[in-house]
Amino acid sequence: METKTKVKATQIQAKPLHISGAEAVVRCLLAEGADLIYGYPGGAIMPVYDELYKFQDQLHHVLTRHEQGATHAAQGFARTSGKVGVAIATSGPGATNLVTGIADAQIDSTPMVCITGQVASHLLGSDAFQETDIIGISTPVTKWNYQITKASEIPEIMAKAFYIARSGRPGPVLIDITKDAQFDTFDFTYEKCTGIRSYAPYPKLSSTDLEQALELIDQAEKPFVVWGQGVILGNAEEEFKTFLETSGIPAAWTILGLSALSTDHPSNRGMVGMHGNYAPNLLTNECDLLIAIGMRFDDRVTGDLNTYAKQAKIIHLELDPAEINKNVTVDVTLHADCKISLQELNKRIKPKTYPDWIARFDALDKIEYDKVIKSDLLPKKEGLTMGESVEMINKHSKNDAVIVTDVGQHQMVACRYAKFSQSKSNVTSGGLGTMGFALPAAIGAKMGAPHREVVAVIGDGGYQMTIQELGTIYQQQIAVKIVVLNNDFLGMVRQWQQLFFDKRYASTEMVNPDFVTIAQGFRIKAKRVKKREELDAAVKEMMASKEPYFLEVCVEKEDNVFPMIPSGASVSDIRLE
Amino acid sequence: MENTIYTISVYAENNIGLLNRISAIFLKRHINLESFSTSASEIPDVFRFVIVVHSDAERVRKIVQQIEKQVDVIKAFYHTDEETIFQENALYKVKSSSLFEERHIQNIIKSSHATIVTVSPEFFVIEKTGFREETEQLRKDLAPYGLLQFVRSGRISVTKAKMGISEILDSFKNNN
Repeated sequence: METKTKVKATQIQAKPLHISGAEAVVRCLLAEGADLIYGYPGGAIMPVYDELYKFQDQLHHVLTRHEQGATHAAQGFARTSGKVGVAIATSGPGATNLVTGIADAQIDSTPMVCITGQVASHLLGSDAFQETDIIGISTPVTKWNYQITKASEIPEIMAKAFYIARSGRPGPVLIDITKDAQFDTFDFTYEKCTGIRSYAPYPKLSSTDLEQALELIDQAEKPFVVWGQGVILGNAEEEFKTFLETSGIPAAWTILGLSALSTDHPSNRGMVGMHGNYAPNLLTNECDLLIAIGMRFDDRVTGDLNTYAKQAKIIHLELDPAEINKNVTVDVTLHADCKISLQELNKRIKPKTYPDWIARFDALDKIEYDKVIKSDLLPKKEGLTMGESVEMINKHSKNDAVIVTDVGQHQMVACRYAKFSQSKSNVTSGGLGTMGFALPAAIGAKMGAPHREVVAVIGDGGYQMTIQELGTIYQQQIAVKIVVLNNDFLGMVRQWQQLFFDKRYASTEMVNPDFVTIAQGFRIKAKRVKKREELDAAVKEMMASKEPYFLEVCVEKEDNVFPMIPSGASVSDIRLE
Repeated sequence: MENTIYTISVYAENNIGLLNRISAIFLKRHINLESFSTSASEIPDVFRFVIVVHSDAERVRKIVQQIEKQVDVIKAFYHTDEETIFQENALYKVKSSSLFEERHIQNIIKSSHATIVTVSPEFFVIEKTGFREETEQLRKDLAPYGLLQFVRSGRISVTKAKMGISEILDSFKNNN
């Protein structure tokens, strides 16, 4: 190996290094602590790959089987590690294949930097081979993007990219680098970005707003907290827990807020939204104060806005000014990082209890248990349920696995029933609802939290959208556990067809391949379970495995997920059957 | 909520792609723009976009929040016509023969306070700055004389209230 590659890239260079743009890209990544990246090579990004080869002792590049997989892996990594995920691809189709993952990261506020190669600058706009306007294409789904056409721009732009991706409300950034900028040499020095004049990611909390919030909390008799991913992104789990424990206020989570508070915490009253729990949904329309923390009132959470918490005063702890009064008009906004707002609230909050109000939750919980949960987790019928499969994962992971889910029925069931004891343990595609997310995201999730058990729970439909990433899992020997809950249907769409389209099952039934043979073809240990009596041992064996492991659980074909708030209906119209 | 004309003023960095990023915010919401213009602003290196939309107050507020959220945008405002001083600029190309043969055309130019920018043997060009109704009226008045070309700029506007961009830039510095 050449001597120059042995120079630690993170060292501050007294004298500038005269290097290529491609080498600068790699040194910038290392300077930002990005020593693990996901990608796929190709013509326009080859100079960077050549440098990745030289730097392979310092920077681990994971070759995914599709660029979409690289983005989801980077997202999974970001979600469990709290760091910026990095995905890299070539121009044209390589770049466009990133778009789904970028859009997913944008709507779920995941810090990610994507680097794409681009045709040489003199060819821009000439419809050159593998040229595509990825800046134009990615603009609506990135927090920021930039096309580099000169090597000398690389350090400043890369530093900005990481700063923007991780600061404020995090999000994806795409940097497109023309091939000539990768080849050209220049004097490299690196300085981290600490601020951009047009960008103020951390607003200062207003003391007037804080006073008003405290007053509303003080007056409330039936207060209720709904929290989202902001608690996790703001590293505010401890402050949040203290707030709940002191204030005595019951709390429920949005799908991305899951795991910020352990599932067995007494203040944790479950999930809000379309397939959320009965009590928190119904009581949203009974509380007299709704405290929304780091969440954005997504339509899957609120249902019909005209009938959402109209009786309540609302306090919104929110970092992103564009979310303020966007979907729901609120009474008080604490416009700051929720960690700061919670710290300030905790200084002044009075200890309280709400026994009668809490009893309302308990009573409704019992109804949900009797009508829904009991038959999901302790079914009497012959067919296996998704619920009992998830419960078995809880048992054998001691409620402490990272659960990565895809999109659909299995996702709702897993989020309803999975147990978590630590934060950053729930990785799912929430806002975009990207089928195919889970398998590659699990790769990143495991690499972002290598000492933890990572279980991907996936439906048979979504699994086949990115199934090729089994190759990545084998090549990298990533010890993820893959559970496919197979009902031979696109289950959630089928459920809607059953309930709202008179059982016209248009293109939702799947004739599936032999998933065990396929996994074995990728040289991954695999097993299939069809009967209840086999489930316990199979999940136990899977969890005990030190290697990647695939388990297919053949579940009841036409089970539905309940409770359910029909699309566009009020949270009060939640159905238990 | 009632629809009316709003003028959105955006102060931003002059970066390639920002125009696309801002217009994408309207595209995503299926909103057509009445006009869009961009120029330098009173602050060196800060660009100003003036966007005119027909919308309701609630919608325009949310759009402005989304515009302001963009990393390269310093500040965005929205105003009603009453809160701004605004003008548009129009050019009218007419064949020269009508200027000399039709005395009436000279009266039109005079009474509309338009100016003649250039005159050649074949054509002459009239310029008129004013409100939409005024430039539109002149277009109608000139039409019978053979309007060879007509073009109108997007709205440019300044607000009656202070914008305070320098202060905003300073406060960003302090927050960062």
